[in-house]
Amino acid sequence: MGNPPLTEAVYYILLSLLQPRHGYGIIQNVQALSGGRVHLAAGTLYGALNTLLEKGWIDSLPGEQESRKKEYIITAAGRTALLQEYHRLCELAVNGEKFLQEEIR
Amino acid sequence: MKTLHKWFWLWEFEEEEVWLAQMAQQGLALKAVGFCRYDFEECEPGEYAVCLQRLAKPVANAESQEYITFVEETGAEYIGTVNQWVYFRKKTQDGPFELFSDNHSRIRQLDRLIYVTVPLLLLNLAAGVQNMIMVATLGSKINLLGLVNLALAGLLGWGLYRLWIHKKRLQDESELFE
Repeated sequence: MGNPPLTEAVYYILLSLLQPRHGYGIIQNVQALSGGRVHLAAGTLYGALNTLLEKGWIDSLPGEQESRKKEYIITAAGRTALLQEYHRLCELAVNGEKFLQEEIR
Repeated sequence: MKTLHKWFWLWEFEEEEVWLAQMAQQGLALKAVGFCRYDFEECEPGEYAVCLQRLAKPVANAESQEYITFVEETGAEYIGTVNQWVYFRKKTQDGPFELFSDNHSRIRQLDRLIYVTVPLLLLNLAAGVQNMIMVATLGSKINLLGLVNLALAGLLGWGLYRLWIHKKRLQDESELFE
């Protein structure tokens, strides 16, 4: 069995970290990806990043010398979790489409 | 510059945030904090949004410092810390300002406050009961200290109840929504 469903925040954080980003970069990317719908708050993001680090789904990169900003990147384990969640979301969407055909059109 | 003195209980952090938002709405932005003390500076009405939260560790701790820097990097301004409560403000024109954007992290924050309240409650309850018994065995009728302890325990119990209700509401919401 796979993981339980990811939260929206974690899904978008992992998606954002397919390339290295620092905290504010993640917030901006998630906002752009969701067309302004999802605004990650700093405290929520910080907590999620620490949990993801502990889980080994992301890594922190050694910071640039002149900047104290820490950058993060997804790990192989994180990619697996992300992909698994993608398939779960597809299943939800496909089933939604099947039964809501008329409303969707 | 204007200084106001006001007391909020641990479980009244939302009331505190609302009050600070009202002050900012009136053109007074929080500039510095101290024990029961709030220093404001003049601002355009509604120019700032203010948020506060309790840190997991004392402010001098590296983890707390890292967190404060992290929040600053998202465009918020660090105002100060009192008893592990940290205050930030952000210009409203830079978008909405919250420290927590999902119930999961809001519940975690409430748990932190519950963990602080429970030992205080037990301590006051134990001290109050012990005082009552001790004074009763000595045959004295007045027992101010014991009563103060019990009153505090009652108050903390009320606070704990409020935190618990708040947490329960968020947990119920999480059954349906994220």
